[in-house]
Amino acid sequence: MIAAAFEYHRPADLKGALGVLAEYGDDARVLAGGHSLIPMMKLRMAAVGHLVDLQDIADLRGIRVADGRVKIGAMTTQHEMIASADLAGAAPIIAEAAVQIADPQVRYMGTVGGNVANGDPGNDMPGLMQCLDATFTLVGPDGSREVAARDFYHSAYVTAREDGEILTQISFAAPKGGYAYEKQKRKIGDYATAACAVQLTKAGGKVTSAAIAMTNLSDTPVFSDAAGAALVGTSGDAAAVKAAVTAAVAAINPTGDNRGPAEFKRHIAGIIIGRAITRALSRA
Amino acid sequence: MGKKMQIALTVNGEAHDLLAEPRELLIYVLRERLNLTGPHAGCETSHCGACTIEMNGKSVKSCTVFAAQANGATITTIEGLGSPDSLSVLQQSFREHHGLQCGYCTPGMITRAHRLLQENPDPTEEEVRFGISGNLCRCTGYQNIVKAILAAAATINGAKEAAE
Repeated sequence: MIAAAFEYHRPADLKGALGVLAEYGDDARVLAGGHSLIPMMKLRMAAVGHLVDLQDIADLRGIRVADGRVKIGAMTTQHEMIASADLAGAAPIIAEAAVQIADPQVRYMGTVGGNVANGDPGNDMPGLMQCLDATFTLVGPDGSREVAARDFYHSAYVTAREDGEILTQISFAAPKGGYAYEKQKRKIGDYATAACAVQLTKAGGKVTSAAIAMTNLSDTPVFSDAAGAALVGTSGDAAAVKAAVTAAVAAINPTGDNRGPAEFKRHIAGIIIGRAITRALSRA
Repeated sequence: MGKKMQIALTVNGEAHDLLAEPRELLIYVLRERLNLTGPHAGCETSHCGACTIEMNGKSVKSCTVFAAQANGATITTIEGLGSPDSLSVLQQSFREHHGLQCGYCTPGMITRAHRLLQENPDPTEEEVRFGISGNLCRCTGYQNIVKAILAAAATINGAKEAAE
């Protein structure tokens, strides 16, 4: 499988990358780790005239934790996030999810920015970032803007990012309390049949906040306010967990594929969401 | 045909300059231009891991890297880890523990295991299995591959202790 010919650009800084995008418009695409885009190019499902490789742009790398906020450069790899002691302290749910993505080789190359910007409903980081109420920084020819992860995804591969913009950073408040990322997949390297991110807090025996988001159960990640609300104010007892699962499953819209028919996925989703909530409660 | 570009690679300690189309896959640059046929083009869809090499200190599936991306990279293939006359500890261990049958996956498997032991010199069996989960073997059932990697780790650690 050979990709169609393209012209290769490797700018040294963000300005250079934006310049190539401005010059070639939608004939140009940025390349992060390449483990989503290159397979698509090889299958000729993505046509790219100008490939803009971001690997030399040092400003896009790195994890910073300061004043209760976590900032992750878009070119930070899954492997780097898993290995980060800062991140393990500030947001352990990130490594718990990242380690379930693809396989070791893919995690050395695959980046968090590529994972969230691609808009593939099968990617794990979008749902996780919705759970964490993260903000994406988009830089374009007219400067930079921030978009909430919960507002970023419109449909499969369609996001709030405009042509000519580059997603440069992900930031969120370091979460408190219990967490869990649960994923059901057929085998290593597969996308989720169903996955769920939960982050919640408890005080005085009651749940005080809960954020629940799901992966690969609709054409976008799904954040369910109602599922979180079903837990808040309860002790996190079995009835409350059941109510939250029911609310979360009501928010998804899975389609049948080689992982199973839609009804099967609803069933699996219910189990995975329940497990994620239960585990997050046990850690709160 | 796309326009060719100059690509500089350091492979197994040797510097190479070559002209390639940016879209060429690194696996074919290694196999067909540098005659390094250790890494295998198995599935070509980044699933099987037979093409695994080390690039800039990372285990990478070279079927999913464009030649242009590798420009400037330092690469190690199985040929750089040992030779028939001088097997590496991992290679020797695969031989002793029957860590291969047909041998197709073996170069990728050993190259991956090499990096795994660099990062985690004393892994548990579970860590070995998880660490090589990006490499498929259709013969062995993995049992002897895992044994070989654990034994290699023990040998390397034993040699280190003896030296201290």
